[in-house]
Amino acid sequence: MELAQLSLFNQAVLVLAALALLTSFLMLAQGRKLPLIYTYGWQGVLLAVTTALVAYVTGHTHLYISAALTLALKALLIPWLLHRLAVRLNVQRENEPIAYPSLLLLAGAALVVFSYYVSLPIVQFAASATRNIIAVSMSIVLLGMLLMITRRRAMAQVIGFMSMENGLFFAGVVSTYGMPMIVELGIAFDVLVAAILFGVFFFQMRASIDSLDVDRLNRLREVDE
Amino acid sequence: MTAWLLAALQTLLFLFMAPLLAGWVKRVKCHMQNRSAPSLFQPYRDMAKLFRKHTVLAEHASWVFRTTPYIVFGATILTAAVVPLVAVQLPTTAIADVIVLVGFLALARFFTALAGMDIGTAFGGMGASREMMIGALAEPVMLMTVFTMAMTASTTNLSEAVLFTLNSGLVLRPSFVFAILGLMMVAVAETGRVPVDNPATHLELTMIHEAMILEYSGRHLALIEWAAQIKLMIYAVLIANIFLPWGIAAEFTTEALGVGAVAITVKLMGLAIVLVVWETVMAKMRLFRAPQFLGFAFLLSLLGMLTHVILETGG
Repeated sequence: MELAQLSLFNQAVLVLAALALLTSFLMLAQGRKLPLIYTYGWQGVLLAVTTALVAYVTGHTHLYISAALTLALKALLIPWLLHRLAVRLNVQRENEPIAYPSLLLLAGAALVVFSYYVSLPIVQFAASATRNIIAVSMSIVLLGMLLMITRRRAMAQVIGFMSMENGLFFAGVVSTYGMPMIVELGIAFDVLVAAILFGVFFFQMRASIDSLDVDRLNRLREVDE
Repeated sequence: MTAWLLAALQTLLFLFMAPLLAGWVKRVKCHMQNRSAPSLFQPYRDMAKLFRKHTVLAEHASWVFRTTPYIVFGATILTAAVVPLVAVQLPTTAIADVIVLVGFLALARFFTALAGMDIGTAFGGMGASREMMIGALAEPVMLMTVFTMAMTASTTNLSEAVLFTLNSGLVLRPSFVFAILGLMMVAVAETGRVPVDNPATHLELTMIHEAMILEYSGRHLALIEWAAQIKLMIYAVLIANIFLPWGIAAEFTTEALGVGAVAITVKLMGLAIVLVVWETVMAKMRLFRAPQFLGFAFLLSLLGMLTHVILETGG
């Protein structure tokens, strides 16, 4: 479908999806903790607005509930929880050096091409008007994974995990106009519980190895006498 | 005939409005930083002063050093002639497309760098090497944004591309969002504005463009500074007219041309304010962080291309 033939709302959905992809790249390039959390929050906002717009364009009213849930959980509550954790763990000013930033961004771009290639057959048989975005949502998943792989601090890895979940939710919205409500509610609360558990895990980690650097978990340590 | 006349007029307008744009940027910046601002026409006065002064040449300066200001100025005028400012479909825009435009700017940069090394001072060589590093990183980004635009409009001719965006009405293109951001970052780097270079200082450790032209004086310096002001205007007009072409004159009537002139003035004033806010908020970067800055610009333009393929043409 040519872009110019779509309605203005459909075009807005595409633009917002592209911006959500951009936030994934911003997270990949961001070493500091607080901007990372805020970018994650903005990705949540973009997802919520996109979902609401999809609901408006296609007339699937149950998507409004998903949009509200996304806004409340992924754009406000979880970033707030993470922000509070960062402040309490005193890592909010920490700047994690990123090895090979340009190479990392190019790898991200390669992942986008890969997910486009993989999703081509799906796109050809999907019927939804937003089917072109499937590739974008898949790349958000893969970019979240790349973020988890390349970082050593637990905080950044958790954000990578959360943004993977964002991508999955997005894929559900754009390919089949959302999952059944019960599944969506389940996942939303799973993520919330995960965020709280990760918080506990952070404190445990810091209490036992005095750092949030997961590489240190590899080292053997003598038991304190 | 009228068309050629208009094209010549537009190029002249480009030449003589560029210092005004520079003056406007300076003025807004002063207001932003709570300093008292110089007059809008200060760049003209500076230039007149420089033209009246004698030129001082280094003893060992070769012909490269002496001809560079004219080559740079000439290449910049040619570039300005290709860019549609007030009206589209002028005969000069049919001569060259965007790739040639990038080539003209590269020619000017090449000769500035040569002249910087010609007189053999340490600053000249240092500035030249820095300029070439930034140029080598910025040119691919510029070309990628141009290709993103070309893929949508199916042409690399600027006038045709502007006409295409004008005729397709209000279409929200994700690829254009990325392309405009990428082009803005490149423009900042190429015209030597704040996070990459600072045009206002001669601080020896950080300067790039100023280091290369340190030995120039008199009319040579005036020509080079004028060329730099035109270059800033070229980038601003490119951003304004490719991505937000509304108001530009599509036919050669007095009314349409008047509307076009007012529209581009308003757009340039707006863009200058964006530039000033950006320069005030950002701090000057370390030179070795410039590749990262331009790498991100490259990523943006690459994403523009990818989103064009993924989102805009999809099966």
